[in-house]
Amino acid sequence: MGAWAAIDLADVNLAAALPALSLAFGACLLLVVDLLLPAARKHWTAGLALAGLAVSFGLTLWQGRVVEELAFFSLYRADGFGALLNLVILGAAALIILMSVDYLQRTGIAAGEYYVLLLFSVSGMLFLTAANDITVLFVGIVLLSIPLPILAAFRWPQDAKSQESGVKYLILSAFSTAFLVFGLVFLYGGTGETNLAAIYAQVNERMAAEDGSSLFYVALGTALALVGLGFKVTIVPFHMYAPDVYEGAPTPVTAFLSVVVKVGAFAALLRILREAVPHLVLGGGSGAASWQLALWLLAAATLILGNTVAIAQRNIKRMLAYSSIAHAGYILMAVAALGGVGVVLRGGDRVLLSDAAMQAALVYLAAYAFSTLGAFAIVMAVERADGGGLELADYAGLARSRPLHAALMAVFMLSLTGIPLTSGFLGKWLVFQVTIEAGLWPLAIIGVLTSVVSAYFYVRVIVQMYLREAPETGESEATPGATALLDGAAYVGLAGTLIVGILPTTLTGLLPPLATLAGL
Amino acid sequence: MGAIQIEHYLMLSAVLFTLGVLGVLLRRNAILVFMSVELMLNAANLALVAFARHWGQSDGHVFVFFVVTVAAAEVAVGLALLVTIFRTRQSINIDELRMMEG
Repeated sequence: MGAWAAIDLADVNLAAALPALSLAFGACLLLVVDLLLPAARKHWTAGLALAGLAVSFGLTLWQGRVVEELAFFSLYRADGFGALLNLVILGAAALIILMSVDYLQRTGIAAGEYYVLLLFSVSGMLFLTAANDITVLFVGIVLLSIPLPILAAFRWPQDAKSQESGVKYLILSAFSTAFLVFGLVFLYGGTGETNLAAIYAQVNERMAAEDGSSLFYVALGTALALVGLGFKVTIVPFHMYAPDVYEGAPTPVTAFLSVVVKVGAFAALLRILREAVPHLVLGGGSGAASWQLALWLLAAATLILGNTVAIAQRNIKRMLAYSSIAHAGYILMAVAALGGVGVVLRGGDRVLLSDAAMQAALVYLAAYAFSTLGAFAIVMAVERADGGGLELADYAGLARSRPLHAALMAVFMLSLTGIPLTSGFLGKWLVFQVTIEAGLWPLAIIGVLTSVVSAYFYVRVIVQMYLREAPETGESEATPGATALLDGAAYVGLAGTLIVGILPTTLTGLLPPLATLAGL
Repeated sequence: MGAIQIEHYLMLSAVLFTLGVLGVLLRRNAILVFMSVELMLNAANLALVAFARHWGQSDGHVFVFFVVTVAAAEVAVGLALLVTIFRTRQSINIDELRMMEG
């Protein structure tokens, strides 16, 4: 930083950070506005929160053509990678707000704070996707996490499970943050830098100088940060809290945790691995990064456990929790491939293997977001206000009583399995391709086999809906869940799932201008 | 016997961090679990200050302020939730939080 000097506005570059700044300020403002709204108009808060997300979405699109820009003395980096993830995060958060409005009213927990906390968490993610410094990365991940236990416990005191879910998430979130901090401290300690690019330069220098103790600190830091983020993205063995938390939290919050939070935490993981330590090879040499083996093993464990334990679940939210663990495993396959070196062919062009892996991970995240959010919308439509209607048995005969919802759910389940013509297929195709190109054959085989296993529990939902009769006992309680907003969210999920599945270039075509040009 | 080197601070920091991890895993009282998390964060702070002195720059010191602030925010949310748990159950033993099993 050097001697005291006047702050140059060009170094602050507020314009580059507008998407995140506008949302953070919007959330603060909304907290006050919500206080002034009369009790009968509290649902306006939801509309204003949506408007805040839309403004940030628009600003990100407006910036989309920016290849790379630094802000706040290069603490913040607006680039294609961040822009693409911001669009996914903001779009998914908007869908969750649409789903929440009815759900909160129906379950009697409508309160403006819900939307404010949601916005705070999302603004943390926007800082995270643009983090260019471990300090910002840390603050982003904490801003993302602190509102989450409150949201998970939002159904207290009506539902004691929700409270339990909140406390469990709180303890695990604090525990994992401590691991992340300790890891970041060692990344700093090994290099003397907090800027990701500067850490990268230092790591290369020290590898050339064979400075063992510095590299040990960097490797230890990377491992601890991986553990800390592993809790957030539910990597096995750091997943054990997830099923309980996902089951107990209000359903829109479960959707938020399993989609939006996961995208944000993967953004942090990709930032660290891709920009600070992409070529960290312990013991000299220039092959694949040393962390590739660790990620390979974690991905394999996550795939196997997530997909097999999901079979035993009878509660749909628990099943989707294990499904989300399993999908973290598929994304991890691409992250493991990120550590490889070499060049691959994409549409006649030669691109770096790590760029292709990055693209696969981003496409998978977007594809997964559409299908999972759609599935959660249907879960909410079937859920009863008293918290019932969440067992697999409750889906029996849904095709007769609600043909539209059953058809939508069937498409989402097929997409999560990875059937062609859905977005899930495109995501899996790209991930498997890049894993094989990175030479990780055994991992690709595990991925294919576990996909086959996953078909069992996804297709079981379809069998329940179409081939089983609803139990005759009592008239099935009319659920008010099927409202226009909820259906709208499900249709957006369907549109995303099918458009990306049938015309994959709509999504992959976005990537070259946004992600690969960004020097990632 | 030489001077106190950075390695000594790091060793102390690692010991404190390990004690914190053990506390989180072994303690059953939620308040003590939280204190153990604080111990982990403060172990990180000690390492940060030691590294900042080692490199002769202030980046590590600045980071410490962020960690301290975050720890306070986490405790604010944590204690609020624990109060609600105590109201419903008259206990903050985390082993009793097992409504959902599977």
